[in-house]
Amino acid sequence: MIWETVRLAFQAILRNALRSFLTVLGVVIGVAAVIAMVTIGQGSSEQVTASVESLGSNVLILRPGRAMMGPGTREDAPAFRLADAEALEALSVIDVASPVTSSSLTAVYGNANATTTVTGTDMSYLEVNNWPILRGRGFTAAEEKAGAAVCIIGETVRQTLFGNTDPTGEVIRLKSISCEVAGLLQAKGASSFGMDQDDVVIVPIRMMQRRIAGNSDVASIRVALAPNVTTDRGIRDIEALMRERRRIEIGKVDNFSVTDMKEISSMLTGINNVLTGLLSAVAAVSLLVGGIGIMNIMLVSVTERTREIGIRLAVGAQSRQVMTQFLIEAIVLSLIGGALGIILGLTLAYVGAQVMTIPFSPSLSIIALAFAFSAVVGIVFGYFPARSAARLDPIEALRYQ
Amino acid sequence: MAAPALIELSGICRTYGKGEAEVRALDGVDLTIRKGEFVAIMGPSGSGKSTAMNIIGCLDRPTAGTYRFNGADVSHLSRDQRALLRRHYLGFVFQGFNLLARTTALENVELPLIYKGLPRAERARLAAEALAKVGLQGREHHDPSELSGGQQQRVAIARALAGGPMVILADEPTGNLDTTRSREIMGLLAGLNRDDGMTIVMVTHEEDMAAYAHRLVTFIDGRIESDRETAPEATQ
Repeated sequence: MIWETVRLAFQAILRNALRSFLTVLGVVIGVAAVIAMVTIGQGSSEQVTASVESLGSNVLILRPGRAMMGPGTREDAPAFRLADAEALEALSVIDVASPVTSSSLTAVYGNANATTTVTGTDMSYLEVNNWPILRGRGFTAAEEKAGAAVCIIGETVRQTLFGNTDPTGEVIRLKSISCEVAGLLQAKGASSFGMDQDDVVIVPIRMMQRRIAGNSDVASIRVALAPNVTTDRGIRDIEALMRERRRIEIGKVDNFSVTDMKEISSMLTGINNVLTGLLSAVAAVSLLVGGIGIMNIMLVSVTERTREIGIRLAVGAQSRQVMTQFLIEAIVLSLIGGALGIILGLTLAYVGAQVMTIPFSPSLSIIALAFAFSAVVGIVFGYFPARSAARLDPIEALRYQ
Repeated sequence: MAAPALIELSGICRTYGKGEAEVRALDGVDLTIRKGEFVAIMGPSGSGKSTAMNIIGCLDRPTAGTYRFNGADVSHLSRDQRALLRRHYLGFVFQGFNLLARTTALENVELPLIYKGLPRAERARLAAEALAKVGLQGREHHDPSELSGGQQQRVAIARALAGGPMVILADEPTGNLDTTRSREIMGLLAGLNRDDGMTIVMVTHEEDMAAYAHRLVTFIDGRIESDRETAPEATQ
C-alpha cells in the first residue's frame, strides 16, 4: 500500500509538473546553496592546508617573546644570535636550522628601483622551503661566513629591475651597499596569506647584520626537524635547549615561542570553517524558507483539490489514507527538490572551484545531510496541509466549486 | 413476494445548528428500500431530499432515528467506519460527474479499487470491464476533458459499478446534460436495474427522468409527502 501511495504521489506530482516545480523551488535553492557553500568552503580549506604544507611539513619557527594571540604588544625579549641557530642545528632532533632577519628596503639598479623585503639567511633556508635557484648560483660557504655583498633575487624584483634580461652578475644597490646578483629564484607565487613570495632579495645573514641592520640580532630561526621526529618531541627538545641558552629560571615562562606551521594551518582552516559555517547557516535559513514555501503551496493545493479529496472520501478513502497521500506527496516533492538542489549545488560548487582555482571536494556527509533535511522539511511542512485535507467533510468537499 | 430490505430509515431526523437557529432538514423520515428497487426521490429544493441522500450514502449521520443498511444498524458508525461501508457497498454518481481532472477514464474508475487494496492488474481488468459495461471501450485512456458530458457521466457510473456495490446512489445524474444525453444515461441506469438487479436510488427534479424508476418518493419540508409505485416507461 505504501509503494502504491508513493507511485500515486509521483503521478499526482507529474500531473502538475509546473506547479510541483514552483513548489519545490525554495527547497532546490536552499539545498543548492548549502551544498555549494560547504563544498567551496571545504575546497578552500584544503587549499590553505596544501599551501601551508608546501612550506615544508615538520617546519617550526622560533621567535623571541611569548606567543601572542590577539591584541597587545610583544614584550621586550632579547633577540636570537647566530650561535643559537648553530646550537639548534647540533641537536639530534633537528635537521637544519636557518637564522632569518628581514627588513624592508629599496633596491636600485640603474634608473629602476623596487621596494622589497631583504631577507638575511643562509642556503639551508632555500632547501627547507623547497625553493630552487633557477639561474646563477647560491652563496658559497666563504661568502656566508664573510657576509659578502652578494644576493639572490626573486622573480618579482627581477621583473621590476631587469625586465626579462638575465640579472646574474649585475650589481644592485641596497641602501648604500653595492651587491652582486648571484642567482635568480624560481617563481613561487602568492602564499596562502596572499603575499607575493617572489618580492624578495636574499642576502647572507652576516651581511644583513653587519651592513644593513648594524647589530648581531637574528629575528627568527626556521627549523626543519629530522625525519621521524614528532613535532611534540622536537618542540620539547628545542624549548629545553633555548631555556638553557637564554638562562630562564625554572618556573619562569619562556621569552621565546616555537610555532608549528601546522598550527597556523589549522588556525586558517578554523577561520575558514567558521566562515563556511556562517554561510551555511544563512543557506539553511533559505532552506527553512523553502520548507515554508512547500507548506504554503501544499495548503493552497489542499483547497484547490478539495473536490478531489471529496471524491476520494466518497469512494471510501479513510482520513488516514488521505492524510498519508498528502504527506507522501509532500515528502516525495521535497526529496525531488533535495535531489535537484544537490545536482544544482554541486554544479555551482564545481564552477566556483574552477573559477577560484581551488580543489572541488564534494563531501558525502553534507549531501546526505541535505537530503535528510529535505525529507524532514517534507514531513514537517507537509503535515499541516495533510491534516487539514484529512479533516475535510466529504459533503462540503464534494459541493466545493 | 417482497425482496429483503436493503435500506431502512426509521424516524430519521437531521438538524443543523442549535437553539433558535436550529434548522430541521429531515423531520421523522421512514423509508424502506428493498433490493432490486429503482427509486426516484423528488421534491422542491430545501425539502430534505439531498440530506436524505447523504444519510443513505453514509456521508452524513442522522441526528435522531435509526438507519439500518442490509440489516445492520449504521446510524452510529464513526467517520472511518462509514468510509469502509461506502468503499465496499455503495456507488455514487453525482450531478457534476466529479471525475479527477488530468486523470484518464481508466484511472478514474480504478480509484475506489485502489482503496479496496486490489493489485494493479486486477484493478485495470475490473475498471476496463466496468467501462465496457457503460459502452466506453476504447476510451480508457482519455482524460475527462477529452470526453463529452454524457461520456463523463458514463465514466462516473463505471466508477460506481467497478467496486461491485449493493446500491448505486445517483444525485441528479442528468442535471448537467441535455435531453438526449439524459435519456441515454437513464437508459443505462434502468438497464443496470433491469438486467443486473442493481438497486438504484436517484434524486432528480425532472419528472421525465423520475419516470424511469418504479417508485417515486416525494419530499416536502423534511418529510415524505408521497410514496407510490409507478409504471416505468418503456425503455427507449
